[in-house]
Formats: sequence, C-alpha cells, structure tokens
Amino acid sequence: MGHAAIVGIGHSRFGRAPDKQLHELAWQAIRQALQDAGVTQRDIQFLVVGNAGGWSSELLPAVVVGEYAGLTPVGSMRVEAACASGSAALRAAATAVESGKADIALAVGVEKMTESTTMQIVEMIGRAGSFFWEFEHFGLTFPGYYAMYATAYMHEYRAKEEDLAAVAVKNHYYASLNPYAHFQKQITIEDVMKSRYVAWPLKLYDCSPQTDGAAAVVVASEEMAKKLTDTPIWIRAQGVATGTANLSKRDNFLSLEPAVLAAEQAYKQVGIERSQSYKYFDVAEVHDCFTIAEIIAYEDLGFVERGQGYALAREGETYKGGRIPVNLDGGLKAKGHPIAATGVSMAVELTKQLRQQNPESRQADIKKGLAVAHNIGGTGHYAYVTIFSLNKDVRFT
Amino acid sequence: MSSKEEIERMVNQWLRFVEELMRNEGLPIVPDEKTGDPIWVDVRDMRFKYLIPVKRIKKFFDGLREGKVYATKCPVKGIYYFPPQADCPACMDENVEWVEIKGEGELITFTKIFIKPFSFMHYPDYIVAIARMDEGFNILCWLSTDNPEEVKPGMRVKLVVKRREPEGFFSYYLEPSTPS
Ligand SMILES: [Zn+2]
Repeated sequence: MGHAAIVGIGHSRFGRAPDKQLHELAWQAIRQALQDAGVTQRDIQFLVVGNAGGWSSELLPAVVVGEYAGLTPVGSMRVEAACASGSAALRAAATAVESGKADIALAVGVEKMTESTTMQIVEMIGRAGSFFWEFEHFGLTFPGYYAMYATAYMHEYRAKEEDLAAVAVKNHYYASLNPYAHFQKQITIEDVMKSRYVAWPLKLYDCSPQTDGAAAVVVASEEMAKKLTDTPIWIRAQGVATGTANLSKRDNFLSLEPAVLAAEQAYKQVGIERSQSYKYFDVAEVHDCFTIAEIIAYEDLGFVERGQGYALAREGETYKGGRIPVNLDGGLKAKGHPIAATGVSMAVELTKQLRQQNPESRQADIKKGLAVAHNIGGTGHYAYVTIFSLNKDVRFT
Repeated sequence: MSSKEEIERMVNQWLRFVEELMRNEGLPIVPDEKTGDPIWVDVRDMRFKYLIPVKRIKKFFDGLREGKVYATKCPVKGIYYFPPQADCPACMDENVEWVEIKGEGELITFTKIFIKPFSFMHYPDYIVAIARMDEGFNILCWLSTDNPEEVKPGMRVKLVVKRREPEGFFSYYLEPSTPS
C-alpha cells in the first residue's frame, strides 16, 4: 500500500447559513481546498461526499455537490457514518489513493441542518440508534443517549455537573478565537450551570448546536504530494470500530468501546503506547458533541487514567500549554457540529495545526509533528481515530 | 415549553401565512427569522408512516398482552437476546427459544428527557433507564416512579407491563422494587 497525504484544505464558516444551499456551502470548502492544493477539478480522480442528511432536501448529495462544483463526471459516492461521516469520507478517499486507484481524491463533508426546524431535527436525530426499540417506544433524544453516559460516569467517579461545564468553557474560549466557529463568545461555569436541562444531567450549554457547514481536503499519493507541496500532512494511521445500535446491548456506560478499539488499532500502526499516548501528540481533536463525550474521549484515548478525565478538564490540562491541548478550534461544542462536516473539519484543523497556520493564541507548539483526531458517529456507534503526521514514516518501537 | 397543540397551531398558522404570501407575491419566499435572508418554503409535503414487519417476533407482542415480557434464548450457547430476535448469529440458526423474563434487576443508568421529540410532547417529562436484569442482559425502557428524586444507579428495579396512555398500546416499564 502507498501513502496518502492531505495537500489542500478548505472550510466554510460554521453556523446557521440561511444564505446558502447544501451544494453552495460545499463549494465554499471545495474551492478553497482545490486552490490550497494548487489543483483543478480535472486533477481529481475520485470524489467522496460525507453527508448524514435527512434534514436537508437533497437525496443524492454527492451528485448535487459534484455537479455544482464542476466535478462531473468524476467517480463519486456518498458515505454515511452518522457524525463520523466526515472521517468515513476521508477513509474512502485515502484508501483510494493508498491502493493506487486514484492519484488525487477529494473528501468533502457537508451538512445543511437548518433546512429543517429544530422540532424536525429533534424528531429525526432521536432515531439515531435502534429506531424501534429506543425511539418508537421510548422517545430517546440525542442528548438523552449521552445523558445516560453522563449519569453513569458521574455516579461512578463522583464527577459533578461543574466538571462537565469546564469542557464547555474551554471550547467556547477557543471558538471565540476562531472566526469559522459557530459561537464567538466566551462563557463561564455559571452560564452553563444556569442553562436549562435538556436531558438530565445535561443542560443546553453541555450540547453542541445545530450547525450548517462544510469542509474539504484534497488527498494525494506520495508522488503527487511531493510535486504539490513542501508540507504534506500524512494520514499516518487510522483505526475504525463499530458499537451496538441499541445502547442496552453495551456492558458499561463509562467508555465508548469502539473508540478504545479504534485508538488501539491506530496506535499500534505507529507504535504508540496507549498509557502514555498524550506524550506522542502535539494536539488532539476529540468528538465533544456533549461535554461528557470529551471527558470520556480523554480516557478512551489514554490521555489519562480511567475516572480521571474530568479532573483533566477541571485542572485546565487540555488548554494550550497543558498536558495535551484538545479542540483548539472550539470543538463540536462551540465551533459547531454540522454532522458529516465534523470529521473533515478535524482533518482541516489538524493540518493547519501541523502546518502552524493558526493564530498564536490557538496554535499548539508543534514539536513532535503528530496529531490525533477522534470522531464518533451517533452515540458510540461508529468510531474513527486518525493520526496525522509531518513525517510519512514515523514509527516508535 | 409550548404544548403539542400550541406548536401545531403555530405551524399551521405559519403555513397559512406562506400560502397567502405565495398567492399574493407569486412566490413562497419568506425572510429568515434571524437574518432576513430569503428562504424558499418547500411547497411539497412528505409524511412518513413506517410499516414495520413483526411476524418473527410476534410472540413478544402476544406476551405483552398477557402481561409478560419475553426474551429469546439460544438453546445451544445459552445467549439471551433482548430485544428479542428470531435469528441466532452465533450458531447461524433460527432455533431460539422464547423465555419469560423473571423481571428483577439493577438500574445501571438513566436520564430524564426535558426537550422531547414532537411526537412525544403529549407525555409528561419521562425517565429513560437501562437496567441489568438478573438473567444478565440489559433492558432499556421508561422508568415510572412516584419518587423520581430517589432514582439512582444501583437501585433494584422490576419490570412491569402497562398500557401506554393516551394511545393504549401495551409497553414494558421499569419500576423501583418494593423492599420485601
Ligand atoms: Zn444459537
């Protein structure tokens, strides 16, 4: 197998976009990515569009995006892995390149959520799991599923709602430094604590918002990447695993098992020791659709021991300069979570971090040249852990 | 929080406004509520009502009508299936047995849903819980209790069958066990 590198990135502003349709939003990201890579539509040999859809009107998003972006007749597909659809798109594009089936591929993640009302979105997203046995009878909501993780976690480790709130405060702080983020204002622990309950113990400010957005990356083979750029960002390793559809089929609610498995797979490919994993990375992006999810992610990735994730958040160890900086773009919580755009957005952000293109206030110190993205679909349904690297062959023994 | 009826009334009122606007202006374009950007309001309606086959797990629903909750069990490997399923992927067979759940277990986790889906807005705020039954498998359903503040992971719970009102269909619920 060959190597695949990110050689071009594009990102729309995240937020409500009542001025743009799905394909117009996607084009914002695609145009930037093509220009950043210094390629044109004619150079793209495969197109993968991540889109969860349902709330937006287009049934065949890949062809609509392809047509609008001038990419027809390039071969394409739409992929779905819920909130990890973006990482799935990246995987499909990278696999096409690594296998030699394409020299250059384009991965796009796009979501146009606000084409539907909040009411319609709540009605639809609660079905993300096992429809008949969870939603039809028991009316679960998306925050409801994660709330059950929060209840179990807080009970087991005596974490408090204020500890979860610390994640929201951090991510809003970094979003306030990121002009592409949905939320531009800092918040306090008190703001979180006085927001209303959505699904106990999660409150409105524990939740990521409904967001429109798109992100795109141009993925190239080793030979092509070296022609196009001096700083290709290598997709060094990726682990993938899947959890049960029905939450009740899981053994415990303190960890997302597929995330642990995906991390193990990815770490093994690079020779990273799980218990010391934070020492290998300059920066991480983790899937904080809810505050509890970021805390569990710290533990599932091995940044800290079991039961200590909330202390890491409370002590500010995931700010820039801490043990490991996490979500310096504001995360899903405050940058916004346009479902299928999120995984590609993580890849864009980590590419910028490794290229050191962010403003100093939210640029991690790049010393090791390695970064990790943790992208979860649904409620621990799909898990993708991806390691990005400045060095194509980096491997620890 | 508005009631289901209020929301329905508001939605219908808004749709009438769009229809009138379309008649007068010739286009169904309204300003976005926050930015004023022009928004085309879809003229087509799509209603979904899924038709879900339950033939192979019909025994489960027959059981509910008799006040019983059934799981299926693989007679070869002893694996319980809940929700019940007719196929055993572990031994590639469909010879599962129907077994009545004893109905005692321990609460693992729960949540109370405050922001409900529209199709659930006519119910009072409800608790969704997951319990580990004494047989060793988990059940997810509503937990009904008169003392919600006493609900905690680790507490003993029992499984009961009740009709879901106002619709009147049979469903299963967890309840705190009465100390014996
Ligand atoms: Zn069997």
